[in-house]
Amino acid sequence: MTAATETGHPNVLAKAVREGIFAGVISFFMFLLFVGVETYQDINNALVWRTRWGLLAIFVLVAAVSRFLTVAFIKPHIDRRKLAKAKSGVLEVSEQKNFFHRHFLKIALIFLLVYPFLSLLIVGKQGSLKYVDNFGIQILIYVMLAWGLNIVVGLAGLLDLGYVAFYAVGAYSYALLSSYFGFSFWLLLPMSGILAALWGIILGFPVLRLRGDYLAIVTLAFGEIIRLVLINWTEVTKGTFGISGIAKASFFGIWSFDTGSANSFVKAWGLSASSVYYKIFLFYIILALCMLTAYVTIRLRRMPIGRAWEALREDEIACRSLGINTVTTKLTAFATGAMFGGFAGSFFAARQGFVSPESFVFLESAVILAIVVLGGMGSLTGIAIAAVVMVGGTEVLREMSFLKAVFGPDFTPELYRMLLFGLAMIIVMLFKPRGFVGSREPTAFLKERRAVSGSFTKEGHG
Amino acid sequence: MALGTTTMTNDTILKVEHLSMKFGGLMAINDLSLEVRRGEITALIGPNGAGKTTVFNCITGFYKPTMGMLTLQRRDGKEFLLERLRDFEIPKLAGVARTFQNIRLFSGLTVLENLLVAQHNALMKASGYTILGLLGLPAYNKAVDASIEKAKYWLDKADLTDRADDPAGDLPYGAQRRLEIARAMCTNPELLCLDEPAAGLNPRESAALNTLLHLIRDEGASILLIEHDMSVVMEISDHVVVLEYGQKISDGSPDHVKNDPRVIAAYLGVEDDEVEEVIAVELEGGNH
Repeated sequence: MTAATETGHPNVLAKAVREGIFAGVISFFMFLLFVGVETYQDINNALVWRTRWGLLAIFVLVAAVSRFLTVAFIKPHIDRRKLAKAKSGVLEVSEQKNFFHRHFLKIALIFLLVYPFLSLLIVGKQGSLKYVDNFGIQILIYVMLAWGLNIVVGLAGLLDLGYVAFYAVGAYSYALLSSYFGFSFWLLLPMSGILAALWGIILGFPVLRLRGDYLAIVTLAFGEIIRLVLINWTEVTKGTFGISGIAKASFFGIWSFDTGSANSFVKAWGLSASSVYYKIFLFYIILALCMLTAYVTIRLRRMPIGRAWEALREDEIACRSLGINTVTTKLTAFATGAMFGGFAGSFFAARQGFVSPESFVFLESAVILAIVVLGGMGSLTGIAIAAVVMVGGTEVLREMSFLKAVFGPDFTPELYRMLLFGLAMIIVMLFKPRGFVGSREPTAFLKERRAVSGSFTKEGHG
Repeated sequence: MALGTTTMTNDTILKVEHLSMKFGGLMAINDLSLEVRRGEITALIGPNGAGKTTVFNCITGFYKPTMGMLTLQRRDGKEFLLERLRDFEIPKLAGVARTFQNIRLFSGLTVLENLLVAQHNALMKASGYTILGLLGLPAYNKAVDASIEKAKYWLDKADLTDRADDPAGDLPYGAQRRLEIARAMCTNPELLCLDEPAAGLNPRESAALNTLLHLIRDEGASILLIEHDMSVVMEISDHVVVLEYGQKISDGSPDHVKNDPRVIAAYLGVEDDEVEEVIAVELEGGNH
């Protein structure tokens, strides 16, 4: 055993050389046609080909040499380290966490609170529009949506592929009621949540008996129905044109953010006109909404209803044998999740000033679900990190104009968004199959709170 | 005996009358009548496929019986017709709890959480269906403390206190069995239905289980159990009912049943005149 792990041992070296050559041969044939041969049009527009042996040689060499190095040095090194650790008898489970780890949530919250002012300070009014709106608000909307969906998927284990429907209900509730009746944002925010919760119950009823794949398909269909109704009910929703000119949220009715109005916020505070103040205000609203979602989720998890949701995810039949009414338990999960989707939707409408069915396609549901799964089902922290990575990643891609210098002027990085997402998800799921935070925090404990490893929790079967 | 006209004396907790259950063309239970007496351990035994688990599923509401009446009388005299209740109402209203042949724990929840989930209905009421609980009223906090006390009590009885904060899925098999029983007891049942509680246990775990069951009986809950392990049945039960092909073939005290030639014939498939010789073998060697 020890002989095999020693670097430079003839056996290991011989094996490394063998594997290196093998990798080289495979990559030679793999890249022969992709890299080794190039077609182009000559001056007569005829398609001709030429060889690129040099480039092919580089590819083959990189493959062969890195395979050789991996087998000869890196692997034995890792094995030695593992062996040393096993010998020292210290378990890998580190109880001691560093300062950043322990206070991660506090640090994150403080950062979010000062974030708009930080960006104002660093990049100025015009520059911070991008950072507050495109990054801050956009990410927080998805954080809130994902936390809302987390109640349904992560806690209750009901796979919902049509979550965007509740987002749409919330957005259109605000858009329609404010433009037809002139209600204010602060009245319509709770109303949108209640209406969305109502739709959550309406969706919940027919799908109570369904589990797993069947549940997923029906919720998917529900999402599409809502979208198609919005497109085709043109008298009310104006169809694909969407509803524009939606009223902005006011500063709790005291100041308005409309530029021309008498009690304008900028005038009252003697500031120069800029839309950044409204964006900062919106940032704090969505931050508060996110905090509300997190608070309610954390509180509910420790309540009997939250425990019943998690028990439902673990074993529905056992739930019924303990006298838990699974019908109302499922419906409350749908309704609570939908309510937060509705809040987020009405906020979205107030922020955009425009809603159309375009914003509520299936892809949105898929992205929200992907955030929940990537973050680790049930974990608020993990989901927030996943939202930053996925939504922030999209925005960062837009900024990467330097890539044009590498790949040519026709290259638009946003177009590769889904490709990169797919790749990123596969990589994350390979290394962390339970998402960023795979363990679950118990809701009650006798002696000490120990996280439950993800290998024990179930995903639920619908 | 006409259906619905029988009156129950208070020492009968469950009365099963003319119970039949049909699956398509298969008659899983055929006109079965039996009684479970209060404060006793009643065992339901029989060869594989005799319909024992089907009886259980009818009692606990997982199946709706094709025919028959299941009357449960609570200590306060209230009577419930189990076949008319929905599955979750049977533990909630009628006070019947059950365990499963293949253990069904909430494996990702800790042992303590498993016991708290079992007290769902009491806690729901105390939390004002979540609304008052969200406000953190003292009445709710008191109920939470009480629920933890009750969980602690059963943890102690099931010898699981050390593992209270571990995930239920992490427990060894025997401990999972005990946890499932403790969880059922946390619903405050008057009738506890155990589906093969001793299956897969080693002799020591089996003995611990017997102690636990006796303790539960002494606390006032009646027990109905399905069991294959004859040594468990004979040792702990006060009353044994034997099923074969969905019909009752014997009913009485353990001594009566183990000497009943029809039971021996059913278990061993032998002629009646050979019965005497095999009784001893059967009782000593279990039913293998």
